[in-house]
Amino acid sequence: MGLKRKILELHKKREKALKGGGDKAIEKQTAMGKMTARERVISLCDPDSFHEYDLFVEHEARDFDMDKKILHGDGVIIGTGTIYGAPVCLFAQDFTVAGGSLGMMHARKITKIMDHALKMKVPLIGINDSGGARIQEGVNSLAGYGEIFFRNTLSSGVIPQISVILGPCAGGAVYSPALTDYVFVVDKISKMFITGPEVIRTVLGEEISMEDLGGARVHSEITGNAHFFAKSEAECFEQIKKLISFIPWNNTKKARKFEPKEPKPEYKISEIVPGDPRQPYDVRDVIKAVVDDSDFFEIQELWAANIVIGYGRMNGDTIGFVANQPLVLAGVLDVDSSDKAARFIRYCNAFNIPIITLVDLPGYLPGIDQEHAGVIRHGAKLLYAYSEATVPKMTVILRKAYGGGYIAMSSRHLRADFVFAWPTAEIAVMGPEGAANIIFRKEIMEAEDPDKMRKQKVKEYKDKFANPYVAAARGYVDSVIEPEETRKLLLHAIEVSDNKSVFLPQKKHGIPPF
Amino acid sequence: MEKSDCEDKKIRCKSLFIDGTKYRTTLNKKYEKRKPWSKLEKNKIISVIPGTILKIYVTEGQCVKKGDNLIVLEAMKMLNLIKSPLEGIIKSIKLKEGEKVSKGKLMIEIGYT
Repeated sequence: MGLKRKILELHKKREKALKGGGDKAIEKQTAMGKMTARERVISLCDPDSFHEYDLFVEHEARDFDMDKKILHGDGVIIGTGTIYGAPVCLFAQDFTVAGGSLGMMHARKITKIMDHALKMKVPLIGINDSGGARIQEGVNSLAGYGEIFFRNTLSSGVIPQISVILGPCAGGAVYSPALTDYVFVVDKISKMFITGPEVIRTVLGEEISMEDLGGARVHSEITGNAHFFAKSEAECFEQIKKLISFIPWNNTKKARKFEPKEPKPEYKISEIVPGDPRQPYDVRDVIKAVVDDSDFFEIQELWAANIVIGYGRMNGDTIGFVANQPLVLAGVLDVDSSDKAARFIRYCNAFNIPIITLVDLPGYLPGIDQEHAGVIRHGAKLLYAYSEATVPKMTVILRKAYGGGYIAMSSRHLRADFVFAWPTAEIAVMGPEGAANIIFRKEIMEAEDPDKMRKQKVKEYKDKFANPYVAAARGYVDSVIEPEETRKLLLHAIEVSDNKSVFLPQKKHGIPPF
Repeated sequence: MEKSDCEDKKIRCKSLFIDGTKYRTTLNKKYEKRKPWSKLEKNKIISVIPGTILKIYVTEGQCVKKGDNLIVLEAMKMLNLIKSPLEGIIKSIKLKEGEKVSKGKLMIEIGYT
């Protein structure tokens, strides 16, 4: 056989394998409003940058007539590419091939690219679209999942791991995304659950649709399992690309520097926060007033919205923002918001991203449901995450910082490097009303007009303690600043923290209150 | 600028009391849907897991001692034998053999003697 013929043979083999499950299956995938796996990886990567490996991998299963079945690429695509020039490793399950089911060779392809990502220290992106374990391959399929989970854990905190749910992801399969750093979902396409509607109906007799059980909205609003919600696959890929632009390739690097830009003039920092601490505002406007180009990339926007997390740039460098949101539940800390912020802080710390915390909270959410849901344990995660974080930590107290909430929100006591407070800050053991009721209980009770006395005492307390100067007198606050000075001081703080190094006691690892 | 986002952006704000202070804010779904707490009543036998009632050992009006068998509830492929937590009279039985029960359903109420 001449060279030409051999090349021709390669072309034929390729052509066949690239068809995945064949024209009919591709038609079905398209009819469901879904892109094919190959279309997905190609549109996610920079033009012409995606290169596929293991195209000719075949399964070894013999039982249940599997030896007669050809599954091209064993139902998964793996490869490398670039996103905005950043190298990435990818895998994408191909639903057109045996429903994207995970068999031994399918898993081996995934673990191959995962090992590669960890070795090359580049981000890993996994696109999930699979019916689950390939039942015909039995325990080999389970082994495959286990090998993937192990690598997810090993890579955690070393390389960014991104999961994109573009189809079903059910049963054990959900745990790979759950172990990764960011989960992207698309409305009406993503479905994630441990036990599906079928099992729930037969075992429990309860009727629920896939969408209501584990659709994109459910995981974005209720469970908090997803980090980014999109209306279409195209929008989802734009979100992934944007995230990749904000985060470093691995834990030894810093995020790429961009051209510094001034915030947009429509965000006037001194006109956002009302003076009355009981009135709400959108804290994201404050973030937009300090970050480059007013570009704030929010994470988990729809879940636990009483705390805001996300990335922005300052002087071109990526910064992680954590901010209480007075617009939702008065910005209180509770079970979900503590969980949300704590995990984000640990991510920033692992990947060398400085953290800016904006504080305005009345404290913890009171309630039996909160106490019984374990707000003690979950709240402790936030203290843990801030305390162990060694990246530069800057705190700006905008208004209220009462009680335990003050301590938890990156206070000096948890080793914030810079603590600034606006003149509107109220740093106190609790809100004036509550404090006056306790301290002046006797006077109020014994007064002829208790209501009048209460008001007077609240005012007394307010005048004396509801300000930043008591904390500033002890050095807990480094500087009381005008709102307009915020960006300038933060930029300076970031600049002087560039070589920050902290020595922590030697240990294998801490025991955070998981 | 003392106008808050409630007026500015026409967001429907509600009140939330924390430490005696009334804050204007929005409430999320989870907060609004939270269930009021109620004390666990020992004489009310509630299903802690959804499943199927395979057997009922008692009848209404029957006296039971602590530890007497009440029901077999099959759930997650396990036969769960539910025993009486106290001494009393079976006041009411809210289900039949073969019936499927959801989680949190009142199955049997025991009256104190």
